[in-house]
Amino acid sequence: MKIYKIFPLLLITIILLGACAPALPESIKIGVNAPLTGDIPKVGEGTRYAAELWLEETGGTINVGGKDYTVELVIEDNESKGESAAAVNTKLITQDEVLVIVGPQASKQAVPAGAVANDLETPMISPWSTNPATTLGRPWVFRTPFLDPFQGPVVANFVSEEFGYTNAGVLYDIASDYPKGLAEFFQMGWEDIGGSVVAFESFTTGDTDFSAQLTKIKDAGAEFIFAPQYYNEIALIVQQARELGFEGPIVGSDSWGSAELMNLCGDACKGLFFSTHYAAEGATGATKEFIDKYNAKYGYVPDDVGALTWDAFNIVKKAIEDCGAITGDIDADRQCVRDAMANIREFPGITGNMSFNEEGDPTKCAVIVKISDEGLFTFYEQVCP
Amino acid sequence: MEFFLQNLINALQWGSFYALIAVGYSMVYGVLFLFNFAHGDVFMVGAYIGFFVSTFLLAADLTSALSLPPSVTLGLVLVMTLIISMFLNSFVGMLIERIGYRPLRAAPRASAAITGLMIGIILETGNLAILGPQRLAFPELIQTATINIAGVSITNKKILIVGVSILLTLALHLFVRRSKWGMAMRAMAYDYVVVPLMGISTNTIALMTFALGSALAAAAGILYGVAYPVLDPNMGILFGWKAFVAAILGGRGSILGAGLAGFLLGFIEIFVATIFPSTMRNLIAFGIILVILIFRPHGFFGEPHSAQLRL
Repeated sequence: MKIYKIFPLLLITIILLGACAPALPESIKIGVNAPLTGDIPKVGEGTRYAAELWLEETGGTINVGGKDYTVELVIEDNESKGESAAAVNTKLITQDEVLVIVGPQASKQAVPAGAVANDLETPMISPWSTNPATTLGRPWVFRTPFLDPFQGPVVANFVSEEFGYTNAGVLYDIASDYPKGLAEFFQMGWEDIGGSVVAFESFTTGDTDFSAQLTKIKDAGAEFIFAPQYYNEIALIVQQARELGFEGPIVGSDSWGSAELMNLCGDACKGLFFSTHYAAEGATGATKEFIDKYNAKYGYVPDDVGALTWDAFNIVKKAIEDCGAITGDIDADRQCVRDAMANIREFPGITGNMSFNEEGDPTKCAVIVKISDEGLFTFYEQVCP
Repeated sequence: MEFFLQNLINALQWGSFYALIAVGYSMVYGVLFLFNFAHGDVFMVGAYIGFFVSTFLLAADLTSALSLPPSVTLGLVLVMTLIISMFLNSFVGMLIERIGYRPLRAAPRASAAITGLMIGIILETGNLAILGPQRLAFPELIQTATINIAGVSITNKKILIVGVSILLTLALHLFVRRSKWGMAMRAMAYDYVVVPLMGISTNTIALMTFALGSALAAAAGILYGVAYPVLDPNMGILFGWKAFVAAILGGRGSILGAGLAGFLLGFIEIFVATIFPSTMRNLIAFGIILVILIFRPHGFFGEPHSAQLRL
């Protein structure tokens, strides 16, 4: 009697086991975890475009150990939310069985998604996340940008040397990993060089009125405002600060560098400075080639997200090639790609040369960009560690 | 003192949006006994309609067509945008009433509330599907001019926003109090069983209520676009909740009450953010409102309603 009940179960188990037997794969799946909708859709668009351009560039194949494998991109939307990004990673890893994940971009999504990738032992590389927590203690997680403990002091030093100010005001989103982390690193950097932060004001994601905080900052006597926010918030912050009679500069970080910033902010943002990964204006060599291709295909100059995503894909490509063989056993292949990625010590990217440390974090130069009167992001100076 | 006055001005602007949206909420609730939870999204649709109307008007290049100086044209565009968008958005409101709520008029109230939430979601995702996730930049319809009075910065935008919202709230109040249509609305609020027997059509009054509320929401949307020129499909959700709270606080069906409560909410939010960390903003704001409602459970101007008195 019992055997009849178990029989179908047994059958299913056998079929499942059969399905799991490693058949030699013809294709390699790369997952992309991008904010296609939500607060920063332009970042998602840049990610997708760069990924598709890269796929076109490689001819859709990667040669591993003398055999060509078709590359398949699985692009999923994380809605610019941390919890969705974690869910997307789980789906990419367990259902789509991707070999490696590129993304998420913002630290708010990359920190929780990195935990999932690390737990499920799948290599992940975030092109844009600068918060240290993304890769910290996670051997499976890598990144291509510099880190905020570097970026914060870079901005602090720049403002001190350029303007000679001593009183800083900071306005940041307390509910998002990247602005919160960077605001704190900036504060440390600023106080290290003898400045004082007279107002350290926060808001919460989704707020559009910053008048209370900006009034406080102005009242506290801040000479400039550091606002490590995303492009959609910058348009509002800059405009409201000016309307409240704040005349000093507003300085930003790499989250400003979206192609969408000038569309939303307009004249108010002209003449302002921010730190970023590369300056599209006046680029040369491989960087210029990438910019021209992207511009020709999509009709606008790629922002830093596009360039970093491009670099991330090339690192992924190199790691897969270095791996030497794709066995079809997804766990073994993931391990192989991770090891190969961890072994990359130097990588010449279009956003500068990177040298990776044990954590999977690159050391690279930052660029200070000035927004010109034509609304272009022009190179102002380079700061190397 | 400067600091206080500056925040007072900030709060007046912020409260204007709550007031205009809350008035629409309150009116529908007063007349039809219905919480139109889609109202925040009607505000969003109004802002987007305003965006398209103003972009169209700016592209039509009235400066050369009518040979006006540029500053006059800009003002004309703003006024026309307001009027045309309010007109168009009132049809959105009437459509919602006709399709969403009228079939459910006899159904339990919870059904209508759920429908409202659903309509809101349809408006948000419909916008996302048609226009895509990209933020839209609202055209600059006013050249910002900042006036500095004793250290307090006041912009012409702030004056316009506060002025228009107070004016519209008062106009609606007078309409409901003084006009024949307003009398019909108040009668309907008083007793919607008997009043139709006197020859007043429930359907007409319901449509009118929705049209008026949506027109005000469109005005709020355009003013919002002028002050915060980044439009996003989900911008109405939070405004909807807050305006709902303001409508309750104002007292059922009281237009001045809802307007006043909207401004009060704006004040509380701004001043909480100046004193406490901004993460506490909603907690403290809603805490204060809860305390007020403990002492005045029917809001500022609401009356305890018996079976007969419904407004």
